[in-house]
Amino acid sequence: MTGIRVLVGTRKGGFILNSDEKRKNWTVEGPLFAGWEIYHMKGSPLNPNRIYASQNSSWFGQIIQRSDDGGKTWFQPGSVGEEPAVDEMSGMPKGESNKFVYDTSDETGKPLTTHQWYDGTQNPWEFARVWHLEPSLTELDTVYAGVEDAALFKSTDGGTTWQELSALRGHPTGPAWSPGAGGMCLHTIIIDPSNADRMFVAISAAGTFRTEDGGASWTPINQGLHSEYIPDPKAEVGHCVHRIAVHPDKPNVLFMQKHWDVMRSDDAGDSWYEVSGNLPTDFGFPIAVHAHEPETIYVVPITSDSLHYPPEGKLRVYRSRSGGREWEALTNGLPQENCYVNILRDAMATDSFDSCGIYFGTTGGQVYASRDSGDHWQAIVRDLPPVLSVEVQMLP
Amino acid sequence: MSEGISPTTCGVRLIMPHHLRTLAAVEGEILLQVAPPVSTRAVLDALEQRFPMLRGTVREHVTFKRRPKVRFYANEQDLTHQDPDTPLPEAIASGSKPFMIVGAISGG
Repeated sequence: MTGIRVLVGTRKGGFILNSDEKRKNWTVEGPLFAGWEIYHMKGSPLNPNRIYASQNSSWFGQIIQRSDDGGKTWFQPGSVGEEPAVDEMSGMPKGESNKFVYDTSDETGKPLTTHQWYDGTQNPWEFARVWHLEPSLTELDTVYAGVEDAALFKSTDGGTTWQELSALRGHPTGPAWSPGAGGMCLHTIIIDPSNADRMFVAISAAGTFRTEDGGASWTPINQGLHSEYIPDPKAEVGHCVHRIAVHPDKPNVLFMQKHWDVMRSDDAGDSWYEVSGNLPTDFGFPIAVHAHEPETIYVVPITSDSLHYPPEGKLRVYRSRSGGREWEALTNGLPQENCYVNILRDAMATDSFDSCGIYFGTTGGQVYASRDSGDHWQAIVRDLPPVLSVEVQMLP
Repeated sequence: MSEGISPTTCGVRLIMPHHLRTLAAVEGEILLQVAPPVSTRAVLDALEQRFPMLRGTVREHVTFKRRPKVRFYANEQDLTHQDPDTPLPEAIASGSKPFMIVGAISGG
């Protein structure tokens, strides 16, 4: 690998940070799509020039952007930069790359109409935005989208059109799902690198689900989770899972940062146990796994569900080299006073250089990086808008 | 782009907010050819026909409901809540005044 690209989504646009294998000097490109919320940008593992971006505005809705040249130029698939996809019947250009329509077809035959609202009543599913884009590990033009209100969509034409994998939302527990404080969002999509038909998704606040058949059917995998903020703390669904992570060499070992609690599963989610151990607080949002050490994991503890900033105003990443339970604070290069930022669930990533790099972005607009597995940190950019997501691309 | 006014259509001047102009890759006011009778729906149909990347941004896919924070102004009137099939004022159809798509003012 000769270089690295860090894709940063923020409240007011996207940014691309570039460096070489030394990761000392960085260039900053952006803002891309200035003024829009960029919830997530992610590149294809099959071709680093293929990048997808989720662009959103509460005024003008959802836009999907795609680059095929490493972020130099962008277009809305099917609308710009390509021949318009034309509906043969009406002759109208389709412009469907932002068309996320829930499946209510008769063929599905499931009650895909309402979910639980904050007050306990039933509320119609309403599309708001794409939280997360996950390109396929095996098919260049296949990409998944996790959306709010929670559902999973799939595109097999490079983001030009989207179809819901409705068996997830049509699970019998669907009407019991409810929104967390940030909305009811499907924010995590993990594809098993050893089996493309197996995927894990996480939803706030429903929990974690697994499919073994490419999305045709789903199983809630929340046994062992304990959430005091729901009527039945051990319910099958209703847990506010903030993020799950997996090492590609151990796809049956999952790590979870829940609303409260850091959890681990050794059986692909069939059962979970707590590994919060000696963390100063086990509330937080992101969780990440070291690129070369499947038992080394990272979290950023946040004071509480009411106080979304680090304890004592000290920004500390915590690392466990034992797969949880025993944690050490990583502080070298991070502010240790008067720091009251948050780190959101999709805003932490790792690279796969021999000396593993760790990256995270803050709501204060800094992106911090470590070139040595977390021992030392530096801000590679400051004063961006609040950071929503951070992804890393290794460049050949 | 140079556009003449076809005898079978009306030349409607349209002003869009910054974000939509960026998406459509246009600057300033645009001129749309709209088949009469000129209504809000007809203007939006013409807009989306010419700029498919704007579909879903002003009104929803499938239902064609106006997005909640989008407003329509024309001839110094707020036509946001008017039936979309109601003919627009002659000043709009004749092109003497523009039809405006506006992002609602929102605090914060």
